[in-house]
Amino acid sequence: MEYVIIVIGAVLIKNILLAEYLGCCPFMGTSKKMNTAVGMGLAVIFVLTAATAVTYPIHHYIFTRFGLEYLQTITFILVIAALVQFVEMFLKKAIPALYQSLGIFLPLITTNCAVLGVAILCIRRDYSFVESIVFAFSSAAGFTLALVLLAGIRERLIIADVPKPLQGTAIGLITGGLMALAFFGFSGVDGSLNALMQQ
Amino acid sequence: MSVFKEFTKGLWQELPPFRLVLGLCPVLAVTKSATNGLGMGLAVIFVLTWSNILVSALRKVIPRKVRIASYIVIIATFVVIVEMATQAFFYPVYEALGIFIPLIVVNCVILGRAEAFASKNGVIASALDGLGIGAGFTMSLVVLGGLRELIGAGTLFDVEIMSAAYRSHSFSFMLEAPGAFICLGVLLAIMNAVSAPSSS
Repeated sequence: MEYVIIVIGAVLIKNILLAEYLGCCPFMGTSKKMNTAVGMGLAVIFVLTAATAVTYPIHHYIFTRFGLEYLQTITFILVIAALVQFVEMFLKKAIPALYQSLGIFLPLITTNCAVLGVAILCIRRDYSFVESIVFAFSSAAGFTLALVLLAGIRERLIIADVPKPLQGTAIGLITGGLMALAFFGFSGVDGSLNALMQQ
Repeated sequence: MSVFKEFTKGLWQELPPFRLVLGLCPVLAVTKSATNGLGMGLAVIFVLTWSNILVSALRKVIPRKVRIASYIVIIATFVVIVEMATQAFFYPVYEALGIFIPLIVVNCVILGRAEAFASKNGVIASALDGLGIGAGFTMSLVVLGGLRELIGAGTLFDVEIMSAAYRSHSFSFMLEAPGAFICLGVLLAIMNAVSAPSSS
């Protein structure tokens, strides 16, 4: 049951894009077309879950044991970069169809702060291994949800009559803000779920 | 004179969050108040300047194929220094910025300058470029943070500006995520409107 709360919390209430401000660059950069948004979203789900699965044991079995926590930032970013490279090579060989659709987005993910951010958040929030994986997957799903929703809106904005200075990123940001406002409607859901559980 | 230009271009022509639309996450996340924006900006100036200097100094040593990985290691080193220093000496700032201090590593502005400028130019020019872009970044953060703090909480740098009546009924949504997105979008539109005639 606590996993359900983590999932709902990460997807709807504390959406990493709209409430935690992680991954805003691809949010603006890859939300102009629907298929780019879907491709980026799938790639993020894939890499985020894998990256958390790798960084969690590194932190808990190597760093805490030998007192090397200060290496966290450097190691995590290198692990993520290496993992992305590896995933790219693996997909190219094993599942060429998936590689075709994810291909160009994979290298971009290394500098997507959502990946490093979620890996560090899992450590800072003292999640267990399973909780970390669930949190990472649902965060990425929330990212994809927000990205695809925004892409759907922006595809229609192209034919709308937007004032010239607002065109492009500016109207994208304002749309994102309105979406974040809409997602505010979900706040409190986790509290009521918790209360329901205790009954 | 040309060296001076490396510094000033970051303040308007290539103002990072607005002109380059890079490094948005910290811009949105830490600008709840002008003070937080300033703290983040100073951290970025430090990391950007030193990583630019080191990348530029090592530009003939680093092999092209592994350059991105090398830049990331250089940047991460300075980020860890900043992280430990703020934790030791400026704990409130460390608490307020939270996860966004380690995330300076993946701020595209810094990697972008290493790749686009420092890897091709001399040490002094790179240092000035880092200082200039960093100063522009800080300026943007302080303006955005100040605006959000003023509208959202009625204060500026924690000094009470607006009347008590305003402060008790302020637009607190400006302090949350929607306010951040909308405020940045409006500022971007204003900048576009101001600079449109000169560019065309």
